[in-house]
Amino acid sequence: MSGPPAASPVAADTPAIVTNGLTKRFGRSGARAAVDGLDLVVPRGSVFGFLGPNGSGKTTTIRMLLGLAAPTAGDMRVLGVDLRRGARALQEVLPRVGALVEGPAFAPFLSGAANLARFDAADPTSTRATRRDRVHTALDRVGLGAAAGKRAGAYSLGMKQRLGLAAALLGPRELLVLDEPTNGLDPQGTREVRSLIRSLAADGTTVFLSSHLLSEIEQVCTHVAVMRSGRLVTSGPLDRLRAEGAPRVRVRTPDAERAISTLRRLGLETERTSADELDAVLRPGTPVEAVTAALVSDGVRVRGIAVGGASLEERFVELTGEGFDVDG
Amino acid sequence: MSTADTSPPPPAATASHRRPFALLGSELATMFRRGRTIVMLVALLLVPVLIAVAVRLTGAGSRGRGPAFLGDITDNGLFVVFTALTVSIPLFLPLTVAVVSGDTIAGEASFGTLRYLLLAPVGRVRLLAVKFVASCAFVVAAVLAIVIGGVVAGAALFPIGPVTLLSGDTIGVGEASVRVLLLAGYAAVSLLGLCAIGLFISTLTSMPVGAMAATVVIAGVSQVLDQLPQFDAIHPYLPTHLWLGFADLLRSPILFDSYGQNLLLQLAYVVVFGGFAIGRFTTKDILS
Repeated sequence: MSGPPAASPVAADTPAIVTNGLTKRFGRSGARAAVDGLDLVVPRGSVFGFLGPNGSGKTTTIRMLLGLAAPTAGDMRVLGVDLRRGARALQEVLPRVGALVEGPAFAPFLSGAANLARFDAADPTSTRATRRDRVHTALDRVGLGAAAGKRAGAYSLGMKQRLGLAAALLGPRELLVLDEPTNGLDPQGTREVRSLIRSLAADGTTVFLSSHLLSEIEQVCTHVAVMRSGRLVTSGPLDRLRAEGAPRVRVRTPDAERAISTLRRLGLETERTSADELDAVLRPGTPVEAVTAALVSDGVRVRGIAVGGASLEERFVELTGEGFDVDG
Repeated sequence: MSTADTSPPPPAATASHRRPFALLGSELATMFRRGRTIVMLVALLLVPVLIAVAVRLTGAGSRGRGPAFLGDITDNGLFVVFTALTVSIPLFLPLTVAVVSGDTIAGEASFGTLRYLLLAPVGRVRLLAVKFVASCAFVVAAVLAIVIGGVVAGAALFPIGPVTLLSGDTIGVGEASVRVLLLAGYAAVSLLGLCAIGLFISTLTSMPVGAMAATVVIAGVSQVLDQLPQFDAIHPYLPTHLWLGFADLLRSPILFDSYGQNLLLQLAYVVVFGGFAIGRFTTKDILS
C-alpha cells in the first residue's frame, strides 16, 4: 500500500456493491440458473460475509461483480460504477478493487515478487516508480517478505494463499473481494488473515468475504448474506441474523451435571455441548441474571456465562438446508 | 466524502497513457525468462550448428541432394544460415511459434493468472495486443537464433567469402550479410499469420497443449494442401504458401515481389484472426 486510500470519488453512503435481479444461466438453453434474481446491497465500510454451501452461486456472483463473466440479466453497481457500461466501467472500477477469486494463481516459474510485479504492470493506473516498494510492502503485510525471491511454484499451499492476498493489496483499495481467503492456511495463518481483514476494515476498506465456513464469517463480519441454490435467503447485519433466533445462554462449569438439573428446573431446554459447557434456550420471563442466581444458589461453580442469539450455525443450517450438499 | 466527487483522477491514471508499452516490457521479460522459451531458442540455435558440424565431418556430398544450399556450405560458411533457415521454416520454426502463440491466452487460463490479469485490469483487447506483439518478438528471436548459430558455426568451420547468387552473380561478404538479414526478415514475416492463428485458437480453450497442437496441425495441413494440385485454387491464400518463396532474395537485382506478397498475405491473416480473437475473447466468460 502506498498510503491511505485516496479520497473516494463516491459518496460514503453509496453502497460498495448493489445488484438488482442479477441472474446467470448456464447451459445451452439457459436452463440452469447458477445465480437467480440476486438483489444484494453491500454497505460501504462493512465486512460483508457471503455465505453459502458449495455450488450455491457465490463464486459465479463474484465473477460477474468483477467483470469476468457477463450476467444473463440484471444489473450491478460496484463502488457506484454501473457495470452495464462494459469494459470502460471495469477499467474505471477494478483498479480500486483488490480480489482473491477461486484461489491464488501464479506463473510457477516466476518468483513471488515477480508475479506481483507482473499483475501490477497489467494495471494501467499503477505507477512503475512505486511498484517495487508496493510489491514488497504487500509481501511483508502477509508475512512473505522472506520468500519474495523464491519461485512461486515452490511455495506451499499456505504461502500461495498469502501471495494471493498480497496481490489483492498491491494498491490502495476501496473494496476487497476475498473468496475463501483462509483456504489452506494453518490456524496461525488463519488468525493473521482475520486480523489483516480487521485492520483493512478499520482503514475504511469494504471487505466482501465469501466463505462456506460459518466460523470465519462469524468472527470478522459485520454483515452477512446467505445464498442457497443461486438465491439469496437472508441478508443484513450479522447481529440481526443472530437475534432472529431465540436468545441462548451458554454456561461454562465443571459441575455440568448439577447445572443441567438446575437449568431444567427453571424450565430451560438445555444441551451439553462439551464436558464443561452447556447451552440453554432462554425463555421470556427467565432473564439471564435469574439463571445465574439459581446456578450459584445450587452451588454450581460458574466459570463463564454468556448470552447470545441462536448459534449462527443453527440459523445457517435452517436457511440453507441440512448438510453442505452441492447444489446441482 | 461527497465533496470529493469532482476530484481529478489520481496522477497515476494519466501517467499510464504515456506508457502504453509498460505491460509489454513485463510480458517480454516473463517470456524470455521462462525456461521453455530459452530451451526452444537454444534448440533453434543448434539447428545450423548441427548442419555445419555434419557437413564438416562428412563432406558436402553431391549437389542436388539434401536441402537447398547444403552443397554450397563447404565453399562458403554463409550458406549454413541459408540451409538452416530453409530446413527450419517448414517445421521447427512453426513448431516453436505454435508453442508460444498457442500458450498466450490458454496458458494464462490454465495457470489461473488470466483472471488476475483481467482483474488488474489489463483490458482484454490490450492483453491480446501485448500477447500478439510478444509472440512476434519471439518469432524475431527465433529467426535470429538460427542466423546467429549459422553465422558462428559457418565462420568457425568453413571459409567465408563472396557468395554466388542463384542468378549467377557474385556478391561480397558485406552484401551477402544484408541478404542473410533480408532472408531472416522474410522468415519472420512468414510466421506472423501463424502467430495470429495461434492467438485465436488460444482464446478458445484453457488447455495450452491443445491450442499449441491445433496451431501446429494448421501449419502442417496448410503445407500439405499446398502440395496438392487439386487445391490449386486456394493455394495463394494458404498461410504457408509463400514460406519458401524467398529465392528472389538471392538474385541480383533483388526482386521484392514475393516479399511484398507474403507480407500482404500474412497481414491479412493477422487482421482476420486477430479480429476473431478479439471477437471471441472480449465476450468470453472467464471461468478458469
